[in-house]
Amino acid sequence: MAPRAAARLETLGFGEVHEYKAGKLDWMAAGLPTEGTNSLHPRAGDAARKDVPVCSLTERLGDVRDRVKAAGWDAALVVDGDRVVLGLLRSKELAKDADMRIEQAMRPAPSTFRPYVSLHEMAHFMEEHNLESSPVTTSDGKLVGLLYRADAVRLGMPPK
Amino acid sequence: MGFVGSLIDRDQLQELVARGAQLVEVLPADEYREDHLPGAMSIPLRQLNRETAATLDAQRAVIVYCWDMA
Repeated sequence: MAPRAAARLETLGFGEVHEYKAGKLDWMAAGLPTEGTNSLHPRAGDAARKDVPVCSLTERLGDVRDRVKAAGWDAALVVDGDRVVLGLLRSKELAKDADMRIEQAMRPAPSTFRPYVSLHEMAHFMEEHNLESSPVTTSDGKLVGLLYRADAVRLGMPPK
Repeated sequence: MGFVGSLIDRDQLQELVARGAQLVEVLPADEYREDHLPGAMSIPLRQLNRETAATLDAQRAVIVYCWDMA
């Protein structure tokens, strides 16, 4: 659709026409703001906790666990140098042998969600699938934050 | 001849908009009403003609977009 619009504009005398090829989906998947009626409703990226602890594959689980607990968290994300999500550590993984490497202990390749998904939809999905928390990432896999089901339900399913 | 303008990514879009480029969503108007990029105007493809294009400044860059690359 956009290539045809660009071509049409050129026929109408516009000298500098560009096409944002990846489109609105790419913009929203990056967690960037939009305008419009949907922007009035909370989304996964709004409620995801951005200060979730992160660690690398090569760290020792015991060290990460101490850091995570000291910060008052019960979960952490495993990321690479570009903050691409590689794994998830929830309570179960954090309780494993302290001498394990994160690479061995983590839940690899967790399901992730895009920041533009409505919190209402997220709350239903997380309840249906009994997910206590879910990573929110951009379309290129970079961490936005960790969304807790309690937050999704509280903000996405307000009491009637 | 078809489209000869450039294909740009998200970063380039932001740079061009900061330099004054006009942003146009060409999806149907109801999709625009729900969500659109900040500052974008709506000219659905089927309504793109000499009259609607006249709302744009032909001397400035224009960026068009739809939902995705399909």
